[in-house]
Parts: sequence; C-alpha cells; structure tokens
Amino acid sequence: MKVTILSFGSIREIFGNKFTEIEVPDTTTVDSLKALLESKYPRIKGIASYMVAINDEYASGDSTIKQSDEIAVIPPVCGG
Amino acid sequence: MNEMKILSTPLNIQACIDKIISPQSGGIDMFIGTVRDSTKGRTVKHLEYEAYESMAVKEMQKIVDEAFKKWPVQNILIHHRTGILKPGETAVVIAVSAAHRDAAFDACRYIIETLKKTVPIWKKEVFEDGEEWVSPNP
Repeated sequence: MKVTILSFGSIREIFGNKFTEIEVPDTTTVDSLKALLESKYPRIKGIASYMVAINDEYASGDSTIKQSDEIAVIPPVCGG
Repeated sequence: MNEMKILSTPLNIQACIDKIISPQSGGIDMFIGTVRDSTKGRTVKHLEYEAYESMAVKEMQKIVDEAFKKWPVQNILIHHRTGILKPGETAVVIAVSAAHRDAAFDACRYIIETLKKTVPIWKKEVFEDGEEWVSPNP
C-alpha cells in the first residue's frame, strides 16, 4: 500500500518535502516503517530518537499502520 | 478555563493576561519565552519555528489536563508562535491563574518544562554564518 508521510524540521529537510509518498507492505509496523525510511534516507539515522506519530499520537514501535492513518515523523521536539 | 493556540502572528501578552484573570484568583504566574540574540557566542539573526499544529494542540491539552489534576489552579493559557522570530520577540506565553501563588508557580513551571519535551514544535537558529535545528536541552 502507498502511504503519505508528514515530516517536520530536520527530517523534512532530509526528505526534501513536507509530504512524502512511500510504498510499504500491507502489514507494516512503526519499527519496520522506520527501517524502510532509514534505508531510503540514511541521513535520518543521525537524528537521535526520532518518533513516529499516528493520527496525532506518539506511536510505539509495534503499532501497525493503516493506509487511512495520518503518519508523521517527529524529530526531537524543541518548543519554547 | 483553558486555551491553547499555535499562532503565526505576534503574541499579545496583555491579551493573554486579560483572558485568564479572574476575581476568584489571587494571582497569575506567567512564563514568557523570548528569542535570545546569541548561542554559544554565535550571533542569532532569527529563529524559524515550525509546529505540527493538530498534534501540538492535543499534546498541550494533555499537559493542561495534568496540571489541573496536580494543582488547584483556575485558568491556563498557552500561546506558541510559529514562523520567523527576531531576537527579543515572544515565542511562547504560559499563563496560569490560581487562588494561591504556590499552585500557579508550580503549574507554570511544569507546563513549560513538559511542553519542551512532548509538544511537536521545532526551531531552527539562523546565524550570520549558517543555520542549525536546535536540539533539546538535556
């Protein structure tokens, strides 16, 4: 299935776009998505502890992704 | 009452106070985060703030809910900027009103510290000689 990944900050600059389409297996976990993204964009491995959010919530590594989900890659946050 | 907003326009500090002041409160504690003009000796031209707005507001709501559980506070307001901010400009306002000051101070401190850890907002420092995404302070 094809999913659209939202990205921000340093990761958005690495992806080159706020929205990135990527083909993933029908059953994909957050961890396997991260592995896929890291093979496509090796530079994100240098970003310590980035997270994935599904539908506005931080997701654990074993969470499964659905095509209808809003998926976002979250580099370390730094508001304030 | 509580209000959380991500704004791309200048923050109005007096308007924030007016929103949360109440006759039931004995005081307001406020944290105003502003843009510093240098980092480790390098001159900062401006900061660029970026937010994942829908999630940021939800994460702010969680912090506010927790603060209401932990302390007897009356009203909480969080306004956070996005976009380009020059040194001296206001990036964030946290305002808490409470019957007594201890709760207001403690809740305000908790909110800004937790916001920095959990709310999806990022900032890039633009120097005269380069730029860098700011990493969280340990």
